[in-house]
Amino acid sequence: MTRRFPGYDVLDKRTTLSWNAPTRRAIDRRLAVHPGPRFFSAKEWVTLRALCARIIPQPADRPPVPLAAYVDEKMFLDKTDGYRFAGMLPQGAAWKAALAALDAAARDYHGCRFSELSASDQDALLTRMQKGDLAGPLWQGMPSDLFFSKRVLHDITSAYYAHPTAWSEMGWAGPASPRGFVRLDKDRRDPWEAAEAYPGEEAKAYRENKHVV
Amino acid sequence: MSSEAVRDPFEAPRAAQGRAPDVFAPGGWVPMREYRDDEAVDFVIVGTGAGGGTLACRLAEKGFSVVALDAGPFFRPLDDFASDETEQTKLYWTDQRIVEGNDWMTMGGKNSGKAVGGSTVHFAMVSLRFRPDWFKARTTLGYGADWPIDWREMWGYYRQAEEALSISGPVSYPWGPKRPRYPYRAHPINAAGMMLAKGCEALGMAWTPTPLATVSAPRGKSPPCVYRGFCRFGCSTNAKQSALVVWIPRAIAAGAEIRDLAMVGRVETNQAGLATGVHYHREDRWRFQRARNVVVAGYAVETPRLLLMSANDLFPDGLANSSGLVGKNLMTQPNQAVFGDVAEEIRWSKAPPSTTITEHWNYDDRKDFHGGYCWMGQGPLPIEWASIQTGSRGLWGDALVREMQNYNHAVGIKMVGEAMPDENNRVTLAEETDRYGLPISHIHYSWTANDRALIDHALDQMEQSMRAAGVKNLFRQEQDANHLGGTARMGDDPRTSVVDADCRAWDIRNLWVCDGSVFPTVGGVNPSLTIQAIALRTADRIEALARRGEL
Repeated sequence: MTRRFPGYDVLDKRTTLSWNAPTRRAIDRRLAVHPGPRFFSAKEWVTLRALCARIIPQPADRPPVPLAAYVDEKMFLDKTDGYRFAGMLPQGAAWKAALAALDAAARDYHGCRFSELSASDQDALLTRMQKGDLAGPLWQGMPSDLFFSKRVLHDITSAYYAHPTAWSEMGWAGPASPRGFVRLDKDRRDPWEAAEAYPGEEAKAYRENKHVV
Repeated sequence: MSSEAVRDPFEAPRAAQGRAPDVFAPGGWVPMREYRDDEAVDFVIVGTGAGGGTLACRLAEKGFSVVALDAGPFFRPLDDFASDETEQTKLYWTDQRIVEGNDWMTMGGKNSGKAVGGSTVHFAMVSLRFRPDWFKARTTLGYGADWPIDWREMWGYYRQAEEALSISGPVSYPWGPKRPRYPYRAHPINAAGMMLAKGCEALGMAWTPTPLATVSAPRGKSPPCVYRGFCRFGCSTNAKQSALVVWIPRAIAAGAEIRDLAMVGRVETNQAGLATGVHYHREDRWRFQRARNVVVAGYAVETPRLLLMSANDLFPDGLANSSGLVGKNLMTQPNQAVFGDVAEEIRWSKAPPSTTITEHWNYDDRKDFHGGYCWMGQGPLPIEWASIQTGSRGLWGDALVREMQNYNHAVGIKMVGEAMPDENNRVTLAEETDRYGLPISHIHYSWTANDRALIDHALDQMEQSMRAAGVKNLFRQEQDANHLGGTARMGDDPRTSVVDADCRAWDIRNLWVCDGSVFPTVGGVNPSLTIQAIALRTADRIEALARRGEL
């Protein structure tokens, strides 16, 4: 994948006026996530990691955002979202049930664990989950589509897009306390925002992105 | 900054020992009057948001003794607020709730707050007046229920609220009866707001800079807005005119006591059927604050929950519930959106999320359904934008990652619409209990047929306007809702309402409700300014009643 914001790293602004002390504390804590697993079993952990790799495929040329670790931490600390659909298990129990059910489905269709499937077979199985087509006693009455949208997509994408690596990849300016922004019109960029590499201007974007302070 | 200042505000109460946090100074304190639990104060208020915070301030300024309790912490924005979506979920009410129904409500986010200042700490600051006819929706427009208050009286309280909050807005407002110019000049319009304007003009609709509760010039200790764009996750500079920054410091200065991390579990009543105070949990133990009047201001889920779980022998169905309407007629507001992208860089997360707005369809009645709606500019931050991509388009994998990289080119508009009151939409108590041993809320919600017609109309109109503005790759966010109301409605008949026009419970005359729960209808605009206007009116009415010896 060609990089759209070459050279941009939102962490370069960590000591600038765009990051106040509470922001630095919060992001430092996030980057120091416990590697896990503390909540999931070793077996569940393997399945969860395989699942995360399909929901957010990550390039090999940078350290991956440890998505499974964030899901594990959220369940371990029991950080709840503030609601639960009447048909769903509490979040930790829901994850454990669904990971077992996903492995069982992989075994039913392919005779092996989810983590051992090819990427395309994994995606096909996840598409069935997304459509609500997976069912059985292991789901304990949970609709698989609801689990997919409210737990799989919610927990994993919320972890990824809370990470500076993802912010850099999407060219988001990131934290902005207390400096904020000055240029609000279209096609106007403050010097502390990411520059996009338009065709033929990659070097210029790279140069500008090395000076986002 | 002392280490005490950055101490976790969740760990132990900050408002104690005769002082409260100074929200304007890192590590700062202001003196605070304190009352003993066994001292019957004039008013104990449960909740310190748009309703409770405003009322606590005005009652204290009128000379009443006031203790206001909040289940959440007492933040100092300068010390405690990060520029971060995840960290700032600490502003939300994330205790467990069970949700159900065809269009079950997503709780724990934007529609609820748990902090001194309530959800105004993270609201988007959009400060609009109701259309006058909505106060008599049943009589003049043929739907919902009438409010027991005249719009002309509300017009005066809206003005008071706008001045107290230094609302930044246009010189002249395009819709409704004449109103004075807003106290502070309008904010500059960001690129996302300009796209709304372009779309409206292509369709021949009026639009305006949004009246916002964040200052465009210095005001007291509030500096002007710096356009960070994290408004919905707490303002770390104090430009936002939240209850935490506006009403609470005034309340404390006037002698009110604020108690943070104080969860109220029960309102007590005596043999005469009058309220005597509240049982609350603070610092690991249950305590009882005596009071001559109790005000419940926990918003439309926690307010009915508290009234219902205070049931006793005299009031077996819960307090103030002889009408059977406590918890019923829950309303949220349709919050659907249309999104797409353009070749230009919009970078919509700069500036408040909604710098422009159109109320066209709140004032044009050529529609085949009841109620109205407005729409406004948008600027979701990455996690919310990802949730829209996964929730509305079902994207994941490479498709999601690719789409997210187009973030700086994304643009969209979002409605705030009027849902109809319906007794089937309700808050009840679940079997499950929380960490205090209190029953949690069970929330049942489905759009009515009218709501669905309104949503379809709005989505069509929003899509037309975005297309006319040249936005490509349009898609609809078809399921979203925001704001609450209706579960302790006001009225002029005790059989069909919970409180009267003064927010005073029909059944228990020293029990009051002061938050969005009292709304008989929610209108097609964000509710915070109306909640504050009602609280200002309630304070004046209480003063008048006290003078006449009718309290």
